[in-house]
Amino acid sequence: MTEPDPRAAQVYRLFIKATPEAVWDAITKPEWTAQYFYGARVETTGEAGASFRYRSPNGMELWGDETVLESDPPRRLVVGWRSLYDESLREEPASQVTWEIEPQDGGVTLLTLTHDRLEQSPGTAADVSGTGWMFVLSGLKSALETGSGLVPSGT
Amino acid sequence: MDEEGDAVFRALADPTRRHLLDRLFEQDARTLSELEADLPMSRFGVAKHLKVLEDAGLVVSRKSGRQKLHYLNPVPIRLIHDRWIDKYTERRVAALAELKAQLEDPS
Repeated sequence: MTEPDPRAAQVYRLFIKATPEAVWDAITKPEWTAQYFYGARVETTGEAGASFRYRSPNGMELWGDETVLESDPPRRLVVGWRSLYDESLREEPASQVTWEIEPQDGGVTLLTLTHDRLEQSPGTAADVSGTGWMFVLSGLKSALETGSGLVPSGT
Repeated sequence: MDEEGDAVFRALADPTRRHLLDRLFEQDARTLSELEADLPMSRFGVAKHLKVLEDAGLVVSRKSGRQKLHYLNPVPIRLIHDRWIDKYTERRVAALAELKAQLEDPS
């Protein structure tokens, strides 16, 4: 893979009152993603090389069908990204999402999400900016900090 | 996290800093040189404003080779929106939802 153009990247960062392990779980466990990722349930073991899927709330569609590219729990997770949830964007080439989780003082964790390799995917870049990732990340924060609406996983 | 909120409000209280955020909104991932180009201010002055924005979490900088690129991080503004704006719009939205329910319910 060629070096990504750093200008074809988006960076989002926030503090969360939770442990790095809890943040890792919130990214890789369906009972958490269902609360903040437009209702989507993630399916992955979180290990490098494993599949990384987002399934629509009704379970019928795959909104994401990628692979874990790098995994260092609970600090770093790199996954592919294609916007399969949108007919007009699903053919754009894959980009990449990096979740970085850093513990801070006082029981706080700094979460940085970098969405890069968007050079050839302008539609996806426009779609995930604006409210896209912001909505997801503020939802993730409030899910972890308030624990509201947590439903048990299971079938 | 009100300390965080304070830093964001303080950072946004300055027109030069809001201008810098606007510039990054138009085109993300810029160097200090690019950002200072249209400002009637020393490089040092612009760097100081960027530092305030960075401390407030509104800008994230990344090294890229010999360059330092600045990215707009809109999340803190979203969190203020969630914390404050939602509180005031909630009631109005609830009233509209109720009106819709009443209009659509024939009974």
